[in-house]
Amino acid sequence: MESLAIYVPRLVTTKEYFAPGHRACMGCGEALAVRLVCKALGRNIIIANATGCMEIVSSPLPSTSWEVPWIHTLFENTAAVASGIEAGIKVLRRKGKYTKRTKVVAMAGDGGTADIGFQALSGVLERGHDLIYICFDNEAYMNTGIQRSSSTPLGASTTTSPAGKVSIGQTTWKKNMPAIAVAHDIPYVATACHSYPFDLMNKISKAIEIKGPSYIHILSVCPTGWRLPSDLTIKAGRLAIETGIFPLYEVEKDRYTLNLDFPQLRPIEDYFKLQGRFRHLSKEITSQIQERVAAEYAKLKKKATSNNY
Amino acid sequence: MAIKRTGMEGSFAIAEAIKLARVEAVAAYPITPQTHIVERLAEFVANGELDAEYIPVESEHSAMSACLGTSAVGARTFTATASQGLELMHEVLYVASGLRLPIVMTVANRALSAPLSIWTDHSDAMATRDCGWIQIFAENAQQAFDLTLCAFRIAEDPIVLLPTMFHIDGFYVSHTIESVEFLEQEVVDKFLPEYRHPYPLDPDKPVTIGAFGPPFIYTEAKKAHEAALRSSKKVILRVWQEFSKLSGRHYSPVESYKAEDADVLLLCMGSFSETAMMAIDKMQAEGQKVGLIRLRLWRPFPTEELRQAVSKAQVLIILDRALSLGGTPPVCSEIQAALYPLKTRPKIVSFVGSLGGREISAQGFEEVIRHGVDKAKQGELDEFEIIGVRE
Repeated sequence: MESLAIYVPRLVTTKEYFAPGHRACMGCGEALAVRLVCKALGRNIIIANATGCMEIVSSPLPSTSWEVPWIHTLFENTAAVASGIEAGIKVLRRKGKYTKRTKVVAMAGDGGTADIGFQALSGVLERGHDLIYICFDNEAYMNTGIQRSSSTPLGASTTTSPAGKVSIGQTTWKKNMPAIAVAHDIPYVATACHSYPFDLMNKISKAIEIKGPSYIHILSVCPTGWRLPSDLTIKAGRLAIETGIFPLYEVEKDRYTLNLDFPQLRPIEDYFKLQGRFRHLSKEITSQIQERVAAEYAKLKKKATSNNY
Repeated sequence: MAIKRTGMEGSFAIAEAIKLARVEAVAAYPITPQTHIVERLAEFVANGELDAEYIPVESEHSAMSACLGTSAVGARTFTATASQGLELMHEVLYVASGLRLPIVMTVANRALSAPLSIWTDHSDAMATRDCGWIQIFAENAQQAFDLTLCAFRIAEDPIVLLPTMFHIDGFYVSHTIESVEFLEQEVVDKFLPEYRHPYPLDPDKPVTIGAFGPPFIYTEAKKAHEAALRSSKKVILRVWQEFSKLSGRHYSPVESYKAEDADVLLLCMGSFSETAMMAIDKMQAEGQKVGLIRLRLWRPFPTEELRQAVSKAQVLIILDRALSLGGTPPVCSEIQAALYPLKTRPKIVSFVGSLGGREISAQGFEEVIRHGVDKAKQGELDEFEIIGVRE
């Protein structure tokens, strides 16, 4: 995988739909992920974007970074707005007032997906709208200043789950959104990370072709919130995958595919030690997390091997 | 011209209007007393009588949110709600108007919890007073039918492009079977042409909708919204006038009933205006100079028309159907503000009544008027009074 980085710029369209000049932090993994997603989506799309970092950095009036039709309304309703767009296009097409086959894409952060927008997302997945929902997961409310969400991993120190003399930081395990999406029995669920751009873009391309709802969960490294030097974004993303903390996989109907498997996972310390948010963790807690990561990874691998052949 | 006259429940009359308006998208969530409207619409779609996308969302918040989406791609959009549902939509209402999306919504007015009440009053309407929508009150099934059709024309007018909410009293209008005169499809098609949003979401002409407004631009954006809402009044007047030629039924922002020479005016909104008319009829027959004013257009507020209608009276009794807890009742405070700059203005007596579905009979209205006149005589104008309350 390491050498692929050399070829990426040559094999991907030079057209930008998420234009440069936006106000994202240096080394923002989410901005990179959005850029790659947009390249893979192409121009025949409509994006509904939740409130959050990406909305704020890309759209201060009177400027915009979006070269594709884009709407932001509120924080928790993006899935519902996207479902309206999809339904609107459907009826207009039926009546001959709209002729294109436009894919509708909803984008939100982990707070907008796993917390405040959870109900609207569940509604959309259950109703079977033909759209792609993408969660850009930077594991906390970064836009408002690094507050914990239900997607924040155990042990991470945030401004509302601070590590202290009697606290390890976040005391709950990360909510498993891809599994919840799978439970809605939708045609396509995938995880991705900007540090694996080909894998990410392939998954988006696949989702475009799928009829019905797709859910793509993209781990998006946040140097600001993770207390990480901004030149380590790509590395941190890779380590999240190589340690098994955030496995890259797809679920098509009931079929699980582990896109990248490792004979031996790297120890989670490799990932943790780059980041200030885990700096305070004791060996004991780290080994508890290590156990859980290994167990979850094994479960996933079992699913992938049992139905692959 | 109008042809069909049928006995029909108010909700179903509204659904008929939606069908005639060829609405393209409905996103709705059930709540009493609105549900009959969207049930009937679901039937129309299921039977192929209405070619629309029906989105059975999981909450009112998502109902209005889905409406943002359908409207932003240029589909004619309708929803309906009531009470808690309207409150759950609250923040989305401001987005709909701020983004200038001409969604039409019926609100079957109902009290707000707690205590829970499914019965009608105007608490829900008043709580959404400032959300930047055009707001109109209908008093019966016929008006609901007519004003539904007009609402689309008004909302979608290129110089308006604002969402429009029309209020009907829950049960009194939504569930009561009344005689309604319908219009033929061809007549409606002529009155209400196909909707085209000038800047829809479209990959061929990408637009950014809903960008955030930093301090240097937010005030200007809101000023533009305010100006649009105010200037919608002339379109409302024009559409109602056109509709009156079509149907023979006239609507005005402020409607007077036997009020020409009245010294005492009662002002109210919604279905119980019709009960109040009975009281006015009786009192006039007894030789009393009383009349009735009904406020039909609530936003934009018809200051001019209101001043014309009430400034000659000596006493104006305002009956609010909602409280502004800890403050002045909402309709009263609005009217006081509108009349304050006038040199001569009536004495204003403020009552609140008929909360949470409590009835006021025709006789009750007579008592309200008599009591109001007494209070005006005695100069007891400082505080409002909740009528019919057990102490």
